Amino acid sequence: MREEIIKQEHIITGIQVANWEEAIQASGDLLIKSGAVSTEYVKQMIQSVKDNGPYIVIGPGIAMAHARPSEAVRENAISLAVLKEAVSFGHEENDPVDLVFSFSAKEADSHLKMMESLSRVLIDEQKVEQLRQAKTAKEIYQLL
Amino acid sequence: MSKLKIMTVCGFGLGSSMVLKMNLEGVMKDLNMEADIFTGDVGSAQSTPADYIFTSKELGEKLKESVSAPVVIINSFVNKAEIKEKAEEAIVRK
Repeated sequence: MREEIIKQEHIITGIQVANWEEAIQASGDLLIKSGAVSTEYVKQMIQSVKDNGPYIVIGPGIAMAHARPSEAVRENAISLAVLKEAVSFGHEENDPVDLVFSFSAKEADSHLKMMESLSRVLIDEQKVEQLRQAKTAKEIYQLL
Repeated sequence: MSKLKIMTVCGFGLGSSMVLKMNLEGVMKDLNMEADIFTGDVGSAQSTPADYIFTSKELGEKLKESVSAPVVIINSFVNKAEIKEKAEEAIVRK
């Protein structure tokens, strides 16, 4: 069986948000809903950007929100919110952002495989473009 | 020559630095260079010996003041061409 990077329930498309905080919240809500993380974890992800700046915007239009491994994490997981309209994260080079990933890790090294698979997807420009164009969570699930 | 030690740095050392590490490993392989690449957070970057540090612009500006290793700034961690160009510039043509 192929190990999945992301669960279909952790994907949402065509979502409209007003700013980067709402964008992270929308992406994080998917992890809360499935029970992978607590609401506290999503607050920490937002706080991290306030504290450390928008370095989580790792490529053009791509943000990867996360916080430290902690008791707020019950499951290693990745979620993805594809925004209807891109929003600014305050990043000089890679704004605006329309692909908002969130991930949670129980321990510092327990999510390596997941990250490796995700890196392989994100370095592939064509695949990233397909993610942007996808209309449904199912389409994205199949792409990944 | 001993293996190069390269540290990729982000806020917690497990998110974006991990993506950069994976992609940098691919680049170093393409360049036929052996390197030991590991991730770290901003705090540990100051106390961990490394030959080079790869990170984002924001964190890089801060790190430059506190570390002795050359800091290589990458704008897009998912752009292999950029990572390759900057790695070559910093390591091969130094």
